[in-house]
Amino acid sequence: MGLVEQTQAALAELFPEPALPAAPAGEGDQEAPPRQAGVVVTDAARHGSHLDVLCRPDQVVAVARVLDQDGYFLEAISGVDWLDKGQFEVIYDYNRLGDEHCRVTVRALVDRNEPAVPTISGVFPAADWHERETFDFYGIRFQDHPNLIRILLPEDADFHPLRKDYMP
Amino acid sequence: MTVPVHLRHDETFVLNLGPQHPATHGVLRVKLTMDGEYIVKAEPVLGYIHRMHEKMAENGTFAQFMPNTARMDYLHALAFNHGWALVVEKAAGIEVPERAEYIRVITVELNRIASHLLWWAAFLLDLGGFTPLLYAFDDREKIIDLLERVTGSRLTYCYLRFGGVYNDIDDEFVAGTRDFIKRLRGRMPRLYHDLVTHNIILIKRIKDIGFVTAEQCRRYGATGPVARGSGIDYDIRKNEPYSVYPEFDFDVPVFTEGDSMARYMVRMHEMEQSMRIIEQALDKLPGGPVMGKAPKVLKPEAGYYYSAVETARGSLGHRLVCNGDKNPYKLKLRSPTFSNLSLFGEVAEGMLLADALAFMGSLDLVIPEIDR
Repeated sequence: MGLVEQTQAALAELFPEPALPAAPAGEGDQEAPPRQAGVVVTDAARHGSHLDVLCRPDQVVAVARVLDQDGYFLEAISGVDWLDKGQFEVIYDYNRLGDEHCRVTVRALVDRNEPAVPTISGVFPAADWHERETFDFYGIRFQDHPNLIRILLPEDADFHPLRKDYMP
Repeated sequence: MTVPVHLRHDETFVLNLGPQHPATHGVLRVKLTMDGEYIVKAEPVLGYIHRMHEKMAENGTFAQFMPNTARMDYLHALAFNHGWALVVEKAAGIEVPERAEYIRVITVELNRIASHLLWWAAFLLDLGGFTPLLYAFDDREKIIDLLERVTGSRLTYCYLRFGGVYNDIDDEFVAGTRDFIKRLRGRMPRLYHDLVTHNIILIKRIKDIGFVTAEQCRRYGATGPVARGSGIDYDIRKNEPYSVYPEFDFDVPVFTEGDSMARYMVRMHEMEQSMRIIEQALDKLPGGPVMGKAPKVLKPEAGYYYSAVETARGSLGHRLVCNGDKNPYKLKLRSPTFSNLSLFGEVAEGMLLADALAFMGSLDLVIPEIDR
C-alpha cells in the first residue's frame, strides 16, 4: 500500500458518516452537487496536492494528530474569504520531509460572522505563527491559541485587510 | 549621581535586539529575556517591513504580480519568479518550450550561487570577519553582471513570463557563465575553504553550537539548508521535481550534525552542485523559442492549486485559489524563512547571546520574505 492510500485510510476513519452536509464554497462548478466532508484523492499534477480533506472545524485537531503520527509537517495555513456565501475557509497544507512524497490539503469552512477554529498549535508548533497570521489578515479566532496577537500588522491595527469587504 | 544596580541572582531583564540591528540584516526585532549573558526566552517580533503582497496579488492580474515576487526574497528573486510562474502555468495549463526551461534553470541556479555568496559574506561579517565579504562580492558581481545582460536588472528580477522567459541568452552569456564557473571553482579551495572554512576562529564560533534536531525541523516546518543540515534529505528539486531538474545529475548535500557548521557546509556544497547543474544545462541547451503560447488575459479554471519550488532558503509554496476570474481570488505565500525562523525561540533558549547571533546568521534570514 502506498503512502497516499495509507494516509487516506488513516484519515477516512475520522469520517464515519460520509453524508455530512457541506457547503459548496470554493468548488468550481456551481451546478455540481455540494462536496461532502471526507477524504478525496486529487490530481497532484494539476492541483499540487494528493489528498483533499474537507472537514468540520471541530475536526481539524483530530486530522492534525493523524498526520503528525504519520510524520507529516505543516507547510502553511491560509484563509479564504467567500464573501458571497458568508463563509471563511481555512486551508491547512501538509507535506512530508523527504522519503515518499504526499501532499495533503485540509479545508474547513466557518461562519463568517463568528469565525472560530480550534488551534492546532498544540500538535504542530509551526501552526502558532501561521494561525496568528490568519487571525491578523481575516480575524478568524483560533480557540485556545496560546498567544493570538497580531504578527505582521501593527499591534494597534483594528482591521483585517484580506477580508473581501475591507476598504482602506 | 549614579544609582548602583543590584540584580538579584534569579532576576532577568529584557533586551531588545533590533529592529535596527546590524546582525538582523533588515528590520527584525527579537525580544530577549536575559539572565546575564544567557537567553531565557527569545521572541521574534515580525512585520516591520510588511507590505501586504497577498492583497496586491488579489487586486491585480496574474501577470501584474510577477514584479512583486522579486521584492520578497531579493537575494533569490528568480526562484520566486519561478514559483509564481509554475503555479500559474499549472492552473492555466500553459506549456513552456524546452529552451526556456533550460534558461530558467541556468539563471535560477546562478542566482542561487549569488544568494549563497551573499549569505556567506554577511554571515562572516556577523562573526567579525570583514575580508571574506570582499571576495564573495567580487564573485557575486560577476553573476550579477551576467544576469543583468539577460534580465535587464541586477537584483529585483522580473525575467520569467507565463510560458517562457522574457529574453533569450546569447553566446556571450554562455561563455561568461563558463568562465565564471571556472573562476569560482579555482577560488573556492583557497579563498573560501582555506581562509574561512578551516579557520579555527570560525570553527570555534559555529561548531557544536545552535543544534536543530530533525524532529524540530518537522514540527516547525523548517526546510532548505536548515533541514538538510539536520540530516533531512529533502530538496524539492529531487523529491518533487519540477521544470527540467530530473534531466541533471546533481547531489543534495546533507549533513547530520544539526549545528551551525552543518548548515554552513550544506550551503558551501550546494554552490558546487548548482555549478554542476549549470554546466550540464549549458552543454545540453536545446534550440528553439523561449516563449510558448500563452493567452494575453489569463483566466484559470476555478479551483485550488499548490506548487512549490526550492529557493536558496527552502521550500517556497504558493497556495492559489481561483474563481475563474482574471485575478487571483486568493494567494498565500508560504515563504521558507517564516517557518525556519519560528524555531529560533525554542533553539535559542539557554544559549549565550553571542552564540544566538551566530545561530541566527546560520538560518540565512531575508526579512522582506518573512514579512511579505
